[in-house]
Amino acid sequence: MTKLREGEPEIRIVVAMGTCGIAAGAREALNAFMQELAARGLTGVSVTPVGCMGLCDREPIVEVSAHGGRTLYARVNAEKARRIVREHVEAGRVIEDWVTRN
Amino acid sequence: MEEIALHILDLVQNCVEAGASEVSITIAESRHDNLLTVTIRDNGKGMDAATLATVTDPFFTTRSTRKVGLGIPLLKAAAELCGGSFTIASQLGVGTTVVATFVLNHIDRAPLGSIADTLATVFAVHHVDVFYRHEVDGQEFVLDSKEIRQVCGDTLNHPRVIQWLRSYIEEQEKQVGGEQ
Repeated sequence: MTKLREGEPEIRIVVAMGTCGIAAGAREALNAFMQELAARGLTGVSVTPVGCMGLCDREPIVEVSAHGGRTLYARVNAEKARRIVREHVEAGRVIEDWVTRN
Repeated sequence: MEEIALHILDLVQNCVEAGASEVSITIAESRHDNLLTVTIRDNGKGMDAATLATVTDPFFTTRSTRKVGLGIPLLKAAAELCGGSFTIASQLGVGTTVVATFVLNHIDRAPLGSIADTLATVFAVHHVDVFYRHEVDGQEFVLDSKEIRQVCGDTLNHPRVIQWLRSYIEEQEKQVGGEQ
């Protein structure tokens, strides 16, 4: 999706899409990210998959690299995904309540 | 998995890991035969006979970071639990084909689920080409990502293109009928 723009994406959203992630709802989270990015007309954001991170009990896991930091979010459903786009990706505010550590 | 479409997404992930550039997904529903058959074929690197014999074992995985791999065992279990069957065939350098058959009206069969969400996800995050065919009692819906790429080129994974694709697939799936 960054192909419409030249250069490296400034913000990266990585969704864990191993079997555990998919079973826990990674597809819904990913689709919500795409919907919200489209709705808000955001470019320069890449959405990529990664396999199991070994945090299966906290899936869907999403890593956001934005505004100079890297944040790992746990149990990201569609609603959380939309809020992450609005608050973290767009406004640059990490949603601390949903952060997990690996 | 709560949907057969989620198993499909999980298996496409395997195809991509195997280096496939093309994946063919066929869903054939026959009320007459009371069967739902899912076939996933890729042109990835394939497996030798020894590897193939172990892939339905949950304690086999190609990953080195962990010792379990549940994608294929879960689909096999899902198919067999509802009176169906599971086969996997592979050839090194050619690709792999997985066929999962479900008894259509079996009480334990998971719904097909959202093919639109599964394909939208595949197109959003993978560069693989997908040939998708869904047959329901003689009716069919065919989607070939190569044809779409001819129109939108490298922008297939743009969020707005993905939104359009999802609603298009949803509409076509409704028209072809069958399992939702």
